[in-house]
Amino acid sequence: MTQATGIGASLRRKEDMRFLTGHGNYVSDVSLPNMTLAVIVRSPHAHARIIGIDVSEARKMPGVVAVFTGADLVADGVGGLPCAWPVTGKKGTATKEPAHPPLAVGKVRHVGDPVAIVIAESLVEARNAAEAVTVDYEVLPAVVGVLDALKPGAPVVFDDIPDNVCVDWEVGDALATERAFSKAAHVSRISLVNNRLVGNPMEPRAAVADFEAARGKYTLWTTSQFPHIVKLLMGNFVLHIPQHKLRVVSPDVGGGFGVKQFHYAEEALVTWAAGRLGRPVKWVCERSEGFLSDAHGRDHVSEAELALDENGRFLGLRVRTVANMGGYLSTFGPNIPTNLYGLLLAGVYTTPAIYCEVKAVFTNTLPVDAYRGAGRPEATFLLERLVDVAATEMGIDRAEIRRRNMIPGDAYPYQTPVMLQYDSGDPAGCLDKALEAAGWNAFAERRKASLEKGKLRGIGLVTYIEACGLAPSRIATRLGARGGLFESATVRVHPTGQVTVLMGTHSHGQGHETTCSQIVSQRLGIPAENVEVVFGDTDRVQFGLGTYGSRSAAVGGSALAKATAKVVTKGTKIAAHMLEAAEEDISFEDGRFSVSGTDLSKTFEEVALMAHYPTDYPLEVLEPGLEEQAFYDPVNFTFPCGAHVAEVEIDPETGVVELLRYVAVDDVGTVINPMIVEGQIHGGVVQGIGQALFEDCVYDESSGQLLSGSFMDYCMPRADHVPPIEVHTHSTPCTHNELGVKGCGEVGTIASPATVINAVVDALSHLGVKHVDMPASPSRVWRLIANAGFSPARS
Amino acid sequence: MKVNITVNDRAVTADVPGHELLSDFLRDRLGLTGTHVGCDTSQCGACVVHVNGASVKSCATLACALDGATVRTIEGLSAPGSLHPMQKAFHENHGLQCGFCTPGMIMSAVDFATVTPAPTAEAARRWLEGNLCRCTGYQNIVAAVLAGSAAMQTTEGARST
Ligand code: FES
Ligand code: FES
Repeated sequence: MTQATGIGASLRRKEDMRFLTGHGNYVSDVSLPNMTLAVIVRSPHAHARIIGIDVSEARKMPGVVAVFTGADLVADGVGGLPCAWPVTGKKGTATKEPAHPPLAVGKVRHVGDPVAIVIAESLVEARNAAEAVTVDYEVLPAVVGVLDALKPGAPVVFDDIPDNVCVDWEVGDALATERAFSKAAHVSRISLVNNRLVGNPMEPRAAVADFEAARGKYTLWTTSQFPHIVKLLMGNFVLHIPQHKLRVVSPDVGGGFGVKQFHYAEEALVTWAAGRLGRPVKWVCERSEGFLSDAHGRDHVSEAELALDENGRFLGLRVRTVANMGGYLSTFGPNIPTNLYGLLLAGVYTTPAIYCEVKAVFTNTLPVDAYRGAGRPEATFLLERLVDVAATEMGIDRAEIRRRNMIPGDAYPYQTPVMLQYDSGDPAGCLDKALEAAGWNAFAERRKASLEKGKLRGIGLVTYIEACGLAPSRIATRLGARGGLFESATVRVHPTGQVTVLMGTHSHGQGHETTCSQIVSQRLGIPAENVEVVFGDTDRVQFGLGTYGSRSAAVGGSALAKATAKVVTKGTKIAAHMLEAAEEDISFEDGRFSVSGTDLSKTFEEVALMAHYPTDYPLEVLEPGLEEQAFYDPVNFTFPCGAHVAEVEIDPETGVVELLRYVAVDDVGTVINPMIVEGQIHGGVVQGIGQALFEDCVYDESSGQLLSGSFMDYCMPRADHVPPIEVHTHSTPCTHNELGVKGCGEVGTIASPATVINAVVDALSHLGVKHVDMPASPSRVWRLIANAGFSPARS
Repeated sequence: MKVNITVNDRAVTADVPGHELLSDFLRDRLGLTGTHVGCDTSQCGACVVHVNGASVKSCATLACALDGATVRTIEGLSAPGSLHPMQKAFHENHGLQCGFCTPGMIMSAVDFATVTPAPTAEAARRWLEGNLCRCTGYQNIVAAVLAGSAAMQTTEGARST
């Protein structure tokens, strides 16, 4: 019975029932008695000095309860939104962390920067009053592009940071890399842009706050991937609410993808206002407001060069990247284009010398932070584009050049020149499987067939590795993290043997209620249906760091496995007493404690009952009850890797790229639920395809206005845009966690942008095209084809 | 403006302002929060419900225009404790992750199955063009829609709106 619901089973999801029937409980569904509705007044300018704000008219409007501005927060001692992961730059320089007030003070620094909050009896009244708030702005010149921000005389985002540089960071050995380049037989170069994206989980952000004066207690419901961190950051640094007087609840959350793993101004605003007003305050983000207030992703401009010997072996890699931080630092902003990017540049290759410099710069745009993959898609895109360029230039087959440089199977654990030590992986195995599944060798015939129809066909390949399972606290804190990244789990065994699990991770689509139940089912020998999984409520779950960086199974799951082991240890003691045997003689298997060599045994349920009904119980040596908590801090990151292949067909008349096939082979370690893992990879791959072919967050360069500010202008991948994704797993277990799991949430998004663009470039390379920036939109592709002088008629 | 609307087999009489959207009418007035709002430009389809049996975007429909209409939402698709064949197919095929797009997807899919005699994957993808999902990559949704359509054709008990 337990086999069917344990690790490895494609168990259908327990959480589905409420979502299928419309009974999910999302933050926007929360409604409290006497609740007020809030609307945020946002800056229409990218950069402006606030001369004055007049709220007197708005305050007089019907239904208005209150209007607050930055001055009210300052007067009340409200702090700025903190950055939780600064990094140390060249020569020990610190990340510049300018103040980030929840409501702008003095200046606005991006379109959408909040300047006031209007609270009314109804949403319509709040909206009307928001219109009546008049802000007198002195508009300043704005800068949106990272290269422009570095130019002398560029508009200055923060007066005391005249060069707009947040941090100038480096990793690797510059000298060794220079030496490698001096020995090179060939050097390949690429310049590229990693386009800015908007994460757009389908559920817009929302926050509802309540203050119970009699208890002095605040409750915040928020669409967060990490309610405990919101509690800590907001309670401790922004609002100065003692931790025991603040409860943060993140109930059902409709997708996160990183966008919901930051502490946002609106969370603090509604919580503070609820305290001031003594009434609940609710704010629900509209989609177009989300475009102007959710942290954005990516936005890099890079130059890279790869030194090779005459056989195509990589000798050295040099990378210079300028990354956009936006108008303020978001919670993890500086960590993304540095640690989560530069440290991944070894890829799956034995490149002996690597040097990477990253300048993170302020601009008058939305803050930029983690978005699914966070830094690792950017690293993979740069490296895998460059490897393709090198292969083409040296006339080496693209699979062969990768094989030639791949870390050999017996070299693990493998120390890269950029700090990470990979514990395990078989990228070569993944590559073979992917090429085979994709019919790589027979591609020439398919290309010919396309050409006969007047179409250009290309095939692209990527091998990648990523670091996830965030994170070993010891390493992360050395890299700048201002907190641990361990995880907690509690296993509460009820007197009747059913189990409630309390997790510090948060599920917002990943299916943890099912996978955590499977871990417990496997470990305690009870059916998964006898397990209830609780998360997302800081009053129920003691502590936890939430879900991001593909950490839930690797870190949270490991904590859970550890807690179940503690339950078995205590259960063994109880069983030994019940069975009058020595503890050493008791074994636990399939939900039964047995005395070895006898047929004496007690079931898990019997032991659970004894723990709660200790009539004949060794109270002198053992406490009653059966509830165990475990904290788990990993010793290393986990390193999923794999190989993806994409095949495209381009219509040279229109420039439209049609993605024909996509094959993913991923090593995500032990698979707990194959159905869920496949689903994660489908979704991740399509998000990456979105970046490669459709999505682009565009600002007007002179005004700093967001041009792609709604689903009308920002092209989200739709059902008819993508082919089926063929997913294969090729698992080597992680060597340093008990479950052997690595993580699967981000692999798709990390590999697919590079895979698709490699295919697009392959389709066009006979025209002399070396690179195509993302998204490979029809207009961009058509222009490349036209510029190459290609006309379909002549093909 | 006074309207009489039958919502999930229940007669509702309400006095609605002229600007009230059906999505707000359902969510705020009736507490039917299964209908979701994912955008403000009628692009995402999270809000799809059935009006007189056909799928519509409730965020782009005024409540005051629905006097005499029959509305069915995700909450009314199946009797409590049971699942409509399309809901079942989404469960079986892992056609949902975060669940936010799911009510709109299912309501849209039921309409697709009703009007499409011989559904194909391509037709399902085309039909769902108005429903965004950020989680699933659509693959399992398409599988679910096809399985659900097939089941609806053979299930007697499938309710039609
Ligand atoms: S809410 Fe997006 S289409 Fe209706
Ligand atoms: S399941 Fe999350 S948006 Fe579709």
